[in-house]
Amino acid sequence: MSALSELGRLKSQSAAGKKQNKVAYLFLLPWFVGLLLVTIGPMIASFGLSFTKYNLLSPPKFTGLTNWTRMLTDERLHKALAVTFQYVFISLPIQLAVALLLAIILDRGMRGLAFYRSAFYLPSLLGASVAIAMLWRQLFGVDGLVNQVLAVFGIEGQGWISSPDTALGTLMILNVWTFGSPMVIFLAGLRQIPTMYYEAASVDGASRWHQLWRITIPLLTPIIFFNAVLQLIGTFQSFTQAYIVSGGTGGPVDSTLFYTLYLYQQGFANLNMGYASAMAWLLLIIVAALTALAFWTSKLWVFYDDQD
Amino acid sequence: MTKIDDMAGPSALPTEAIVTGRPPRRRRDPFRKPLTSIVRHALLIAMAILMLYPIIWMVVSSLRPNDVIFREPGIVLDSFEISNYTDGWNALANPFGVYIWNSAVIVLGSIVGNLVSCSMAAYAFARLEFTGKRIFFGLMLLSIMLPIHVIIVPQYVLFSQIGWVNTFLPLIVPKLLATDAFFVFLMVQFIRGVPRELDEAARIDGAGHPRIFLQIILPLMVPALATTAIFTFIWTWNDFFAQLIYLTKPDLYTVPLGLRSFEDAQSATNYAQMFAMSVVSLIPIFLVFLFGQKFLIKGIATTGIK
Repeated sequence: MSALSELGRLKSQSAAGKKQNKVAYLFLLPWFVGLLLVTIGPMIASFGLSFTKYNLLSPPKFTGLTNWTRMLTDERLHKALAVTFQYVFISLPIQLAVALLLAIILDRGMRGLAFYRSAFYLPSLLGASVAIAMLWRQLFGVDGLVNQVLAVFGIEGQGWISSPDTALGTLMILNVWTFGSPMVIFLAGLRQIPTMYYEAASVDGASRWHQLWRITIPLLTPIIFFNAVLQLIGTFQSFTQAYIVSGGTGGPVDSTLFYTLYLYQQGFANLNMGYASAMAWLLLIIVAALTALAFWTSKLWVFYDDQD
Repeated sequence: MTKIDDMAGPSALPTEAIVTGRPPRRRRDPFRKPLTSIVRHALLIAMAILMLYPIIWMVVSSLRPNDVIFREPGIVLDSFEISNYTDGWNALANPFGVYIWNSAVIVLGSIVGNLVSCSMAAYAFARLEFTGKRIFFGLMLLSIMLPIHVIIVPQYVLFSQIGWVNTFLPLIVPKLLATDAFFVFLMVQFIRGVPRELDEAARIDGAGHPRIFLQIILPLMVPALATTAIFTFIWTWNDFFAQLIYLTKPDLYTVPLGLRSFEDAQSATNYAQMFAMSVVSLIPIFLVFLFGQKFLIKGIATTGIK
């Protein structure tokens, strides 16, 4: 069903049958060119550039491990990592939990499902846009909508975006707000749980609560895992929200300095292309390591029912 | 329609149920008591309102005088300042229409590129046997997960050396080369659901692979093509990072870059005008959502893309 399970099953695919190399490579030609020139080529090049000092104007100068050791002492980089990890590991579990909860509530053949699903899904289409990030800037500003609403209840708000303690929180809320797309994936997963399990459980006198924890959640763990990995990779690369809300600075006091935003500043504002390349590779290593870790722990908690 | 959906692989039936909103079988309804049901609906409606309130408020605020925006949390349409739209349209270095046009060109190029290149690659992966297929297929799947930031620096160097910076080419040409690999994957999944007997019959009639692809597979995979087109539209329309890097001349600004320059302006941001243009920028997404929801939901349900 998913790209992830597909990847795990690669080994078992048979390559029997007659080869049709010529025509196949013809069909794949655009993809090959893209893979070489746009994906793998630049990947290798960026690894090479990570050992150089390069500002685009003069040719790259080999500097050995300088960029890599610099990352060890670069405090802004450490701050960016801390901000990104906080953002990912706080907002992502909340986002997935809300998505799962609503999917379970909605999956009861209830009336108005189409309406609720649309209402919850729409924000995930808009969430990455500049327009919504600009709106967020207003919402959580000193005299923004949030404080106006709080004032109705007699609570005095603060400048949520201008305070380093709360600025990142506003971005986390924005991320949770886009729970609609994992929710739709959960809904699809719930539909595939055979009704007979529930019927059998009811006959045995299992309560709704028991059915949820003993049937629904275990059978849904592959989808939960899939969603978690997917959102993890995506959330690590968030850029637009932080850029717009902080006006490109990552402020206040670097409290919204996403890793990708710092990479952008280094590479495209300061033209430290070598350092930015090293940073990009560190990002790849982190995302790959976390994905591998997720796959490794999945053996402990992901339940495969009757996978082929 | 049902015929094609039936071919969409094993996951087609359950997702179809979500798409139509009508489950094929009405599963146990434990909340038969009307009171619980009412409470549940009340909570869900409250949640939906909470979710959509900021957007609705923005739309209403885009019709209010600028100073009212900062003291009116309600969403009653109390004024109708259409001038926010006409002034906002012309508030930036270029009329907003220029940005819409630029975005439209990039979006259209990206859609055509993805449809052509991804469907060709998908046909090879789904229907042909060739040396190195497993390795290439694995590479394709891995490239779905590759962060764009890893390749953006050398890509930028490459495109700047051939003089493509401040053109739309770096944003469109990669799409012609099937670099949005998740669409390849989506289409592979779809083609696998098409019965091979159709290909065989055509082959007996003497059709080669190009003809089978064009005359049998492509017409049958219209739903997958629609999903690809819709997602490409939304992502490209919303895309900010790549456009920010490759387009620095105001004449080439796209909608997101144009919107951002409301923030850059020396004077204090005019929120009413900015909201007005934000609303304009979200209308296409909203329309696509309205008319393409079926394909969107099917797309994310089967491949898990955002």
